[in-house]
Amino acid sequence: MLARIDLSEAEVAAAQGQLNAIFGLIEKLQAADTGGVAPMSHAGDASVRLREDKVLETDQRERFQSVAPQVERGLYLVPRVIE
Amino acid sequence: MHNATVSELSAALAAGKTSSVELTRTFLDRIGLMNGALNAFVTVDAEKSLAQARAADARIAAHGGTRLTGIPIAHKDIFCAQDWLTTCGSKMLANFVSPYDAHVIERFNAAGCVILGKTNMDEFAMGSSNETSFFGPVKNPWNLTCVPGGSSGGSAAAVAARLAPAATGTDTGGSIRQPAALTGVTGIKPTYGRVSRYGMIAFASSLDQGGVLARSAEDAALLLSEMAGADARDSTCLDMPREDYTRELRQPWRPEGSKLRPLQGLRIGLPRAHFGEGLAPDVDAAVRAALAEFEKLGAALVDIDLPNAALSVPAYYVIAPAEASSNLSRFDGVRYGYRAPQYTDLLDMYRKTRSQGFGAEVKRRILIGTYVLSHGYYDAYYLQAQRIRRLIAQDFEAAFKNCDLIAGPTSPTVAFKLGAKVSDPVQMYLNDIYTIPANLAGLPGMSMPCGFGAGGLPVGLHVVGNYYSEARMLSAAHHFQQATDWHTKAPPA
Repeated sequence: MLARIDLSEAEVAAAQGQLNAIFGLIEKLQAADTGGVAPMSHAGDASVRLREDKVLETDQRERFQSVAPQVERGLYLVPRVIE
Repeated sequence: MHNATVSELSAALAAGKTSSVELTRTFLDRIGLMNGALNAFVTVDAEKSLAQARAADARIAAHGGTRLTGIPIAHKDIFCAQDWLTTCGSKMLANFVSPYDAHVIERFNAAGCVILGKTNMDEFAMGSSNETSFFGPVKNPWNLTCVPGGSSGGSAAAVAARLAPAATGTDTGGSIRQPAALTGVTGIKPTYGRVSRYGMIAFASSLDQGGVLARSAEDAALLLSEMAGADARDSTCLDMPREDYTRELRQPWRPEGSKLRPLQGLRIGLPRAHFGEGLAPDVDAAVRAALAEFEKLGAALVDIDLPNAALSVPAYYVIAPAEASSNLSRFDGVRYGYRAPQYTDLLDMYRKTRSQGFGAEVKRRILIGTYVLSHGYYDAYYLQAQRIRRLIAQDFEAAFKNCDLIAGPTSPTVAFKLGAKVSDPVQMYLNDIYTIPANLAGLPGMSMPCGFGAGGLPVGLHVVGNYYSEARMLSAAHHFQQATDWHTKAPPA
């Protein structure tokens, strides 16, 4: 599944009713007439600023990797994906 | 001393009547005494706080301080602070010691403030009662069997119980304003883009905005002046000059305003739908009394309509989960945070890590988000919600042609009992019915204490202003607080 989340049977039982109720709420959107209205993805329709393509950050690999579950020689370790 | 406001403490520090170390110790002692009952703080580190306090005292002695130098502030545990545990209320980050500072933390550190601790919150800011926190619920200081609201419930409870003079918070659908209302403090969410989101753990990026919980509008203005301002590291942060949000506090609304009627000329719009079905009578009565006080101060009340406001909750529960499902995909057990102890392959590691690391509400929202973004539903749900978002923003635009501020209740009821709504997410979501529209439109909103309802619990008055009008909103709130004393009421010890 896209969400990469497994639910236990007990969780599924609880989630089903709750998700149905939430989608019952969300269904109210369908009744609204939005013909000709452009979707608004951002408050104030702010345009994203661009900056110069320049390196601004310093190398802090060790510090940032110090919080990783498993690291070796500057690389993040994960289970083997290519045999 | 713990009852003093930030502006009073600032004056006392400048006059040498107290020191930052003394202040910090006072609040750390109160946290030590009361946090067991309230659970408002996730992390306290007295050594680190006192080191900052000593540095602040040295700076004040050398006359190099700002008006906030030496003031201890609690930070919502969503803001990364270097070398501090930063959990976002989740098992996923229960071991995450941040290697860097959020922009907001940098700002307060540079001003010489002391980090008093990190406050409890709903997991990844998803909740309206603080009951989704991995670290257990926060209790409302006015009644320990009630919720403090959420998601900035720890910050709200800390300020209300005088465990901190002020605190930071974040607001995606009401997460500053609703807990402020339920605990009797003043909270402001500024215009979207005022406060940099750099280092503020993302929930729904187009709605998330940092802000302040404090004991008065004046204190909120002081803190907001420090934390808001341009930051190139957040591309949505407004590229505007910094502002002093205290500048209009003592000004009348219009030049002709008098001392007795300082709000002469202010037009306050009341959305008819916000005073209708679903609003508890005790909250209604307190809010109407507060509005009558605004009238006495010179303001005029006008009825307005926000025709699409009723659709704001359903639109929000499409847009926010959609953005959350994308933002929270980063928690996969590879670069930081929790990793499941046992797994068979990479996919299994992702699934187990996320299934074990996230709580039920976060999982629920990720599932909703991936669903509404999936092929075949994207148009019907996600784009439709975004179209309604525009209609809601247009409703506000039209309303502000006839009024300067919009006011009403912050929350439909006073604080409810712990556990009362945990199994009914729709009831929980409807708590934010009055606050969500401002997030969708990106407008500034605030809540201020305006009385008490059932069980002697606080009621909040909600005020929404037009874009960039924070200084004026805070001024109107300040005039109200000069004429009333609701904001000075403290919960029973």
